[in-house]
Amino acid sequence: MKYLVKKIVTLIMTLFLVSVLAFLAFQIIPGDVVTSILGTEATPEREEALRKELGLDKPPVVRYVRWAGNVLRGDFGESYRYSKNMNQMMPVAELIGDKLPVTLLLAALSMILIAVIAIPLGVFWARSKNKAFDVLMNMGTQTAMAVPSFFLGVLVTYLFGIVLKWFAPGGYVSYRDNFWGCVRYMIFPAISVAIPKIAMTARFLRNSMLMESGSDYVRTAYSKGASERRVAYFHVLRNAMMPVVTFLGMIVAEIVAGSIVVEQVFSLPGIGKLLISSISTRDFPVVEILILYITFVVIVVYFLVDVLYRIIDPRISNK
Amino acid sequence: MKKVAGWFKKQNKYFLVGLAMTGLAVVLGILSFFWTPYGPTTMSAAERFNAPSFRHVFGTDNFGRDIFSRVMQGIGTTVIVSSLIVVISAGAGILIGAITGYFGGILDEAIMRVTDAVNAFPSILLALVVISILGSGKQNVIFSLGIVFTPSYVRIVRSEFIRLRDADFVCRARLMGVKKLRILFVHILPNIFSVFWVSVTIGFNNAILAESGMSYLGIGVQPPDASLGKMLSDAQGYLGRAPWYALAPGLTIVWIVLGFSLLSEGIRRKEASKK
Repeated sequence: MKYLVKKIVTLIMTLFLVSVLAFLAFQIIPGDVVTSILGTEATPEREEALRKELGLDKPPVVRYVRWAGNVLRGDFGESYRYSKNMNQMMPVAELIGDKLPVTLLLAALSMILIAVIAIPLGVFWARSKNKAFDVLMNMGTQTAMAVPSFFLGVLVTYLFGIVLKWFAPGGYVSYRDNFWGCVRYMIFPAISVAIPKIAMTARFLRNSMLMESGSDYVRTAYSKGASERRVAYFHVLRNAMMPVVTFLGMIVAEIVAGSIVVEQVFSLPGIGKLLISSISTRDFPVVEILILYITFVVIVVYFLVDVLYRIIDPRISNK
Repeated sequence: MKKVAGWFKKQNKYFLVGLAMTGLAVVLGILSFFWTPYGPTTMSAAERFNAPSFRHVFGTDNFGRDIFSRVMQGIGTTVIVSSLIVVISAGAGILIGAITGYFGGILDEAIMRVTDAVNAFPSILLALVVISILGSGKQNVIFSLGIVFTPSYVRIVRSEFIRLRDADFVCRARLMGVKKLRILFVHILPNIFSVFWVSVTIGFNNAILAESGMSYLGIGVQPPDASLGKMLSDAQGYLGRAPWYALAPGLTIVWIVLGFSLLSEGIRRKEASKK
């Protein structure tokens, strides 16, 4: 319990630090937002009016407090670039809310692919006595880990989109119009995100299983007459899965990063694409919230993995 | 000659293959500053989208430019950029890691919290943030990725310094009144290089992947500087017509990254077999 409280306090502290940095970083940059919205031809009066409207005439600390207060109340501010209609800018929350499901779906599909493929593959690899298969897997996973996700995206587009014509490149269907059509399209970007991580996870699981198979409890199980199959699945795998669970949790951050790039390859309208375009158009309210949001997700996932790990393996808390 | 042959025999397969792969890439990249088979920007309307042949090993692109020459130039940029990133991040990592590891205390605590936070972050995202503040371009890519990768070195160097700070040879040096700075960088530092080289080779990998990813997204190295990532994103529009245009820069990135990961695996195994 004491541990949990301590963890939550650090979690909140980290989020606070990131929010300060995310906000202040964009205040010190050269280049004025007002000039970039209005252009250089605007009159000083108009510039002054817009500055006031955006709250840019106050000192940074005041602006931070106001901004953070609004964020805590669920008001994420308005975009500088996207307009909702003639006389209103797009609220950041709406902008992100619209794109978030795309990225979450991509991340979830990738995670499912990783879990479903990497775990059986790793187990099979660890149990296999075939030398040629071992060499093949070793080379295959090494190579798969060396392919950057955006190039994998291009390869997947070429193979499945242009040669096999299983999907139309760039033909993204919105999840609102046709959910299953969207999933069907998203499988291909998910493959591109997942392949290097599948290789990593399979290697990791295999090494973990080989390490466990030298343990005393394995010898005991064999001496009690358990079959090789039973030992592998009921004894070794359960223990070998422990570090793998942590590993999969750690991968979440990389999947998020991978999706940012892969969204670009498949022109998916997710938060990755939004982040890149907001950075290039200097739409800072959007960038700030996105950074905060991604940090939040990553930190919370790490926290959950940590807690889960302690539940699965009570020995940890005694160390 | 015999000495060279003897040296080769002592190395493991991973190390040799990795060395050959990265060596070839580095040589091609450096060569590109002096010579390329064709002018990398020479256009030719008659030779658009030529498939790979003896004349153009990797084929030609939408402007009839020779892709092999352009890939060579791209490797050149990648080699320079990633070397500088590694020099910056490893240098800063050694400095910070050595001091925090050896002296410990409150500074150590603070810096460890910061590196933890940075490590939790996907590196490309952090680089994006720095880039969005500084603007894109070669120097800013080097600077931002240099900062982003520093914590990974800090961790490794720090843990090695903690391991060695109470070793016998360090205690003796201290008793003999050797200056602190000398203990840090003359007595301890040479002992951590075996571990350090592994992380340097992995660092090259991460630097190359991050740099080409950012160039692919259009916020990394900007034209006229050649870049493999930018080439790949240009080529994507012609995937159906000229797949070799995309394959050439892509496979080159895979080649270099694979080379460095084999190299680091080789070094790791070499050190493991020594112990």
